[in-house]
Amino acid sequence: MAPLLEVQDLTTRFYTLDGIVHAVNGISYTVEEGDTLGIVGESGCGKSVSVLSVMGLIPEPPGKIAAGQVLYKGQDLLQLDQKQMERIRGKEIAMVFQDPMTSLNPVLTIGHQIGESLIVHLGMGQKEARRQSVELLDMVGIPQAADRYSDYPHQFSGGMRQRAMIAMALACSPNIFIADEPTTALDVTIQAQIIDLVKTLRDQLGMAVIWITHDLGIIAGLAEKVLVMYAGFFIERGSVDDIYGDPRHPYTLALLKSVPRVDRTSKERLAVISGLPPDLLGLPPGCPFAPRCTYMVEQCRKENPCLEPIGFGHEIACWVDVTTGRER
Amino acid sequence: MTTTEVSWEFFEEEIERPPLTPAQVAWRRFRCHKMALVGVGLLIAIFLYVIVGAFIYSEADANRTDLSITLSPPSRDHPLGTDGTGRCILARTIYGGQISVLIGLSAVIVSVTVGVLIGAISGYYGGHIDAILMRFTEAMFNIPQLFLLILLAKLLSGKIPTFKLLGRSFSGSVIVIIGVIGLTSWMYLARIVRANFLSLKEQEFVTAARCIGSRNFSIIFEHILPNSVAPIVVAATLGVASAIINEAYVSFLGLGVQPPTATWGNMLDQAYHHLDSEPWMWFFPGMLILLTVLGINFVGDGLRDALDPRALTQTE
Repeated sequence: MAPLLEVQDLTTRFYTLDGIVHAVNGISYTVEEGDTLGIVGESGCGKSVSVLSVMGLIPEPPGKIAAGQVLYKGQDLLQLDQKQMERIRGKEIAMVFQDPMTSLNPVLTIGHQIGESLIVHLGMGQKEARRQSVELLDMVGIPQAADRYSDYPHQFSGGMRQRAMIAMALACSPNIFIADEPTTALDVTIQAQIIDLVKTLRDQLGMAVIWITHDLGIIAGLAEKVLVMYAGFFIERGSVDDIYGDPRHPYTLALLKSVPRVDRTSKERLAVISGLPPDLLGLPPGCPFAPRCTYMVEQCRKENPCLEPIGFGHEIACWVDVTTGRER
Repeated sequence: MTTTEVSWEFFEEEIERPPLTPAQVAWRRFRCHKMALVGVGLLIAIFLYVIVGAFIYSEADANRTDLSITLSPPSRDHPLGTDGTGRCILARTIYGGQISVLIGLSAVIVSVTVGVLIGAISGYYGGHIDAILMRFTEAMFNIPQLFLLILLAKLLSGKIPTFKLLGRSFSGSVIVIIGVIGLTSWMYLARIVRANFLSLKEQEFVTAARCIGSRNFSIIFEHILPNSVAPIVVAATLGVASAIINEAYVSFLGLGVQPPTATWGNMLDQAYHHLDSEPWMWFFPGMLILLTVLGINFVGDGLRDALDPRALTQTE
C-alpha cells in the first residue's frame, strides 16, 4: 500500500532581489498512517518552508517549488489547482503555527474561527457547526467551552489560544496534523500540556503527526522517527533511539551536546556549535556543515554527501565516521 | 471582620464581570471625547429636526408657492421667512435636509462599496491586478473632484425620470447626484483599504485561515475586512460630511438636485441673488449645512480616537 504522504525530492527556492535562496534542497520522506515524525534543526534551515511547500502555502512569487512531488494517497498535491488544494487543506492535512498570539484573527470569535472549517469542508449549518465547535473546544481542554465559544482571542491566554488553534486544525479530523513549532511561544508547563494533548488526540483520532521544532527534548518523548535538517538538507534520519542513542552525524552530535541535561553536573559548560548556519543565498560546494564541523576532512569541501544507510532505518549524510573520526 | 467581607464581595464582582467586547471598549473611549459627544448631540438634533419636522409640515407645504408673500422675513406664519416664490423656508429646510442627509449617506455607501472593493482586491491580490487598479485610482485622483462632479452632473442630468418612493416623489437628479458624488470620492478610501490589506494579508492568521481551506473570497471579506473596519468607519463618517458639502456645491452651481425638490444646497443657489437683502434665505440652510458637517467631523474625530488601537493608553 502506498504511504499516506510521500514527499520526493522536494526543492523550494525563493527568487529575491539578492539572488536565489535555496531554502529546501531535495528532501524526501514518507509518513505512514498514525506515524509521528519529528523534524529538528536550527532556525532558518528550511523546516517551516518544507511543510509550507507541502501545504501549498509558499507565496509565489517570490517562492517557487522548483522540483519534486508531494504524493498524498498517491495524488501529487503540487499538481492540484487552487480549488482542489482548498479541499485538501484543513480537511485532509491541517497545520498549527508557532505563535498562537498572531495566528488567531483578533476580530472574530474563537468559535467562529473553529466553526469555519466545519462549514467550508463538511457543509454544516451554523447551529451544527456551533455544537461541534463547542465539543472540539471541550476536547482540547478549554473549561466551560460553551461560554468560551463566543470569546475573542484576546480573552484567551497563550496556552488556551494554542489549544483553540489545535481545535481549529482538528475540526475535520485530518489524516495528517502538521505542528510547526507550536510550543515555542509558550512556557514550559504549558508546553508539556500541549504535547500531552497532541499525544492523546493522536492516539484517539489515529492521525499522523509531523512535528517541527528546534527543541530536541520535545521530539524525544513524542516522535517515532526523527529527521535532522540543516541548510535545507536532511543530514540524518532514524528512529528516536538511533538519533538520541547513537547519533552519527557531527551536526546531530553537536546539537545533542548543546542541550542541557538533568543528569549532567551543573559545573559543565554547555557545548556551543561555533559559527552560524550558512547563508542559503549561495551555498558553497561540499557539505553545508563543513565550515562548523570539528570532524571535517578534505572531501567535505569538495562534495556534498548524500543520505546513506548505516543501519536499519538509520541514514546519515556525512563523509566521516564519527565513531572513529576517519573517512568512511 | 466586616470590612474584609465587604471588600471580598467587591473583588468577586470584579472577577465575575465578563471582559469588555471590542465595541464596549470603543464606546468607553468615545465617551471620553467631549467634542465627539457634542457632535453626536448636534446630529441627533438635526435628525430630529428633519424627521419630527416632517410630521408638522407636509411636503406640500414645502413646495406650495404663494406669490402674495414672496421674500417675506421671518414671521409668525413662516418662522424662517419665505423664498422668491413664497415657499416656507422652514418647511423647505426640513424636506431639503432629508434629501441632503439622504444624499450624504447614500453617496458614502456608494463610495465605500467601490473603495473597499477596489482597495481590498488590489491589496490582497497584488501584482498586476494591484498595478492596474492603483494606476486607475491615481488617474481618478489626478482629476480635480469638482471638475468631475460638474462634468458628470452635467452629462447625466435629466437622464433619470422623477420616481416615487415611500409615497414621496424624488427628482431623478437625486440619484444622479448620489452616483456622481459616490463615484468621485472613493479613491481615498481605496488607498486606505489597500494599505491596510497589504499589511494584514501578511499576518499569520491569514495563513492560518488558508490552512483550514478558506477561499480567497472569505479570507478577504470575513477575515481581513473586519480588521480594517476602524479606518473605514472613520473615512466613511467624514465622507458623509464631504458628500453633503459636495451636494451643496453642485446644487449651488445649479447642476445638482433640481427644484421643486429642495436640498440645502439648491436653497443656497436660490438665495444667491438675495444675499444682502434677504439674509434669512441663505442663513438657515447654510447654518444647517455647517452644523451637520461640524457634527459629523466631531464624531469622526472621536471615532478615530476610539477605534485606533494605538490610542489605547491615552484615554484610560
